[in-house]
Amino acid sequence: MDKKEYGELVKQTSPKTKEGKTLFLAFAIGGLICMIGQAFADLLTAVIPSFDEKQIGALTGVVMIFLGSLLTGLGVYDKIGYYAGAGSVLPITGFANSIVSPAIEYNKEGIVFGLMAKMFSIAGPVIVSGVSASVAIGAVYYIIGLFR
Amino acid sequence: MKKGRQTYLVDKKVYIAYTATIAGVDEGKGRLRDFFDYVIDESEFGCKSHEKAEIKLRKHAIESLLKNAGKNPADVDAILGGDLLNQLVPSGFSAREFDVPFCGLYSACATFGQSLATGAALLCCGAQNVVCCTSSHFATAERQYRFPLELGTQPPPTAQWTVTGVGCALLTTERQKFKCPKVTAFTLGKVIDMGLDDPNNMGAAMAPAAYDTISAHLRERGVGADYYDLIVTGDLGKLGRELLCSMLEQECGAVKDRVNDCGCMIFKDRQKCGLGGSGAGCSSLVFCSYLYKTMKEGGLKRILFVPTGAMLSKDSSLQGESIPAIAHAVAIEI
Repeated sequence: MDKKEYGELVKQTSPKTKEGKTLFLAFAIGGLICMIGQAFADLLTAVIPSFDEKQIGALTGVVMIFLGSLLTGLGVYDKIGYYAGAGSVLPITGFANSIVSPAIEYNKEGIVFGLMAKMFSIAGPVIVSGVSASVAIGAVYYIIGLFR
Repeated sequence: MKKGRQTYLVDKKVYIAYTATIAGVDEGKGRLRDFFDYVIDESEFGCKSHEKAEIKLRKHAIESLLKNAGKNPADVDAILGGDLLNQLVPSGFSAREFDVPFCGLYSACATFGQSLATGAALLCCGAQNVVCCTSSHFATAERQYRFPLELGTQPPPTAQWTVTGVGCALLTTERQKFKCPKVTAFTLGKVIDMGLDDPNNMGAAMAPAAYDTISAHLRERGVGADYYDLIVTGDLGKLGRELLCSMLEQECGAVKDRVNDCGCMIFKDRQKCGLGGSGAGCSSLVFCSYLYKTMKEGGLKRILFVPTGAMLSKDSSLQGESIPAIAHAVAIEI
């Protein structure tokens, strides 16, 4: 059996992701997380009527990041992720999880070279691409403004 | 005595006189829990990190092996073994606790097969007592090969679960009062790479290596697959086992009921451990507990023990390399 034949055989015999189940769970749990976020936004609007929409949005983000970090620290978020997949990775709670989990893991190598150095090992690419994209779009926006 | 390209027949009587095992929390809830000597109740085993826990697990396992055997460290000629971590930290660091020559070995998850083979060769050169010990730990392997433990990721359907545990065995040439399994032959495996590059599907990457070693062993030793009551691989998992069977069946006919895999034996289906256990501790834990005890009680007379290993690292996968695999076969008979 050569490499190509074997590759084919492996492709045929390997178990496939059960798409119906995983898509549903990602949708349901991801949706639930967003619903909780919306509930906090509504609650904050009622409690602090002087805040505008932007300020409420920022405050809701802070609350959800706190919850994501707390559940990571309690060892619950990885269990949610086992079932939810992208449903719990994409919301801002997933971003908190991706920063807190390496912080916990590498804390054993010390605060400086462990926790601080490796904290962004998972979230780093997201931050780099996010910052790069906003710089590029900002430049385009500026150039268009010159000709208006 | 060498026979053929890869196979060696062990000229002396090399007994596997004693074994000792320590299993992790999940393994202790699995199918083989009644066969383990000791099951830990928390994964850090009272240490500050999982790496330190793995070192302590090995130390305890070797100590209890020597205690069972009634030996002092001074009676042991060498400790052979390995694990999955960089620089073989658990093996080397646990060996500093004993005043015994140490030899760190690495064949990824096939290290226990390499240890038994090297041990048998040492005994043929005049050593009397050799300890073979391999281990793995879910949390240390996860950190080195994959992601931080608390990261919420979903394992793909072909993933396996690294076993937490230590298995160690005392090889000796001293005559035993009771019937003991003996190492009678071994076949050193070649590194086989079929071009698969998915680090989440190691069973499929390792199955061709297991097939290559098993067929070389049967051919060079001049026996059929039915010579052995059981051909047991290390950690192919359900998929790898199926692939191995389909390759072997083209050569030796129906073998499915004669081929099993330590990774398939260790966990219960409802434990959500993917396609089965893996890791350097998987084959040693299952051999030193269930297989060894079953052989001693007469349930199995001849087995071909074939631990399998995938020689990848996290960086090699990121650099686009495929996964080279290896398997060493050890014939154990009573």
